Amino acid sequence: MRMGETVWIMNRRNGIIRIETPLEPHMARKLKAGDAVSISGIIYAARDAAHKRMAGMIKEGKELPFDIRNQVIYYVGPCPAGPGRIIGSAGPTTSGRMDAYAPALIAMGLTGMIGKGSRSKEVVSAMKEFGAVYFGAIGGAGALLSKTVLGEEVIAFPELGTEAVRKLTVRDFPAVVVIDSMGNDLYVSGREKFRIVN
Amino acid sequence: MRFIDAAEITETVKRLCMEANYHLNADIADALKKGFENEESEAGRDILLKLMENAEIAGREKIAICQDTGMAVVFVNVGQDVHITGGSLADAINEGVRRGYAEGFLRKSVVKDPLDRENTGDNTPAVIHYDITEGDAFKIVVAPKGFGSENMSALKMLNPSDGIEGVKRFIVETADIAGANPCPPVIVGAGIGGTMEKAAILAKKALLRPVNIRSGIEYVRKLEEELLRDINRLGVGPAGFGGRITALAVNIEVFPTHIAGLPVAVNIGCHATRHAEAVL
Repeated sequence: MRMGETVWIMNRRNGIIRIETPLEPHMARKLKAGDAVSISGIIYAARDAAHKRMAGMIKEGKELPFDIRNQVIYYVGPCPAGPGRIIGSAGPTTSGRMDAYAPALIAMGLTGMIGKGSRSKEVVSAMKEFGAVYFGAIGGAGALLSKTVLGEEVIAFPELGTEAVRKLTVRDFPAVVVIDSMGNDLYVSGREKFRIVN
Repeated sequence: MRFIDAAEITETVKRLCMEANYHLNADIADALKKGFENEESEAGRDILLKLMENAEIAGREKIAICQDTGMAVVFVNVGQDVHITGGSLADAINEGVRRGYAEGFLRKSVVKDPLDRENTGDNTPAVIHYDITEGDAFKIVVAPKGFGSENMSALKMLNPSDGIEGVKRFIVETADIAGANPCPPVIVGAGIGGTMEKAAILAKKALLRPVNIRSGIEYVRKLEEELLRDINRLGVGPAGFGGRITALAVNIEVFPTHIAGLPVAVNIGCHATRHAEAVL
């Protein structure tokens, strides 16, 4: 048994798998579609405009705003924080719009993505090749999810406003493994289980 | 002739932008609760519970239900005997949106040009629909529309021979393709008839009707009920994780159309489908 595994089993309580970031590929590969997880540690917020910029940086051979190896990106554009708050409402956005950019980031070491909605074949095949996992967060639960954010810092493209890259510190962020590193997809299997064919 | 000050309209729009984004409407809150009782999927029940908790937090702490606080869609019914003083109606509405989104800590999600995509920074302009009515009443509805659900909407010019079966197929298909993207459980708004743009506006207006009120037209009511049953057989479920409660309601509006046409527009609303209104 590897050391990571001991931690793994110890952390599995009430059927919820506790994940501490960074997420190493051997850990990512153990997660299975349908697993309920709770994520703690640093995750990076980035959505459409930030992905477009990062893709441009990769093309030009520039360094990304953060070391992406074993990191988790959360597809989110939060509301501004009101007085005395760390962040405003902060739920997931539709991941499919990042499909054009995700495979290159996965190839560079990205091991986790958090969002909502289905992914392309290209993303899933990169996930299988490099050992990455796609988590579904609860779409529309931005107020609830904002409570899991303990720290927020804009680390790149501040001019993009809500679309800037942010370093978020989260505790017990609830999510479900939607697509695992084998390519199993909860959106497909879950739907099949409850589908009634007329 | 009745006079309404533009400043009063601005103040009202500002308040409605915040109210719509912070408070889940009671009819939807009840539908989520009922959905929780009927959901067979364990994961689905958990999601519905969290959505109810989310609404509770948002309302209590006055933070947005969802970070996508939408593009502000505004419906105005202006009586023909009303005269707006102190500025233009459109400017008054946009100023209200500007203030509501700034003072309410709501996200600015509007870009100046669909291809240049530079953020306007204040969530304006709003999309405004005007209806001129008789008398001197003035009613305004603010319906912030998020694009997770807006993007999964669709419009099709059906052939009259496609009939009611064709209409049903298209609406169910649209909900099926939408899957997890529009934050289910969704509210399905459909507009049938009119012209292309009329059907789209009807679909949007259908989303403003409370989810517990069925159409007053007998065949439309039946259609709404059958479609809700069929959509909830798709298995998508809350958050798309699989389950019975894919939609909370199907609201349909109809309008006379051309002898050669059968336009059908489907506007998908997310679980929150926000709207707040005021009468001045």
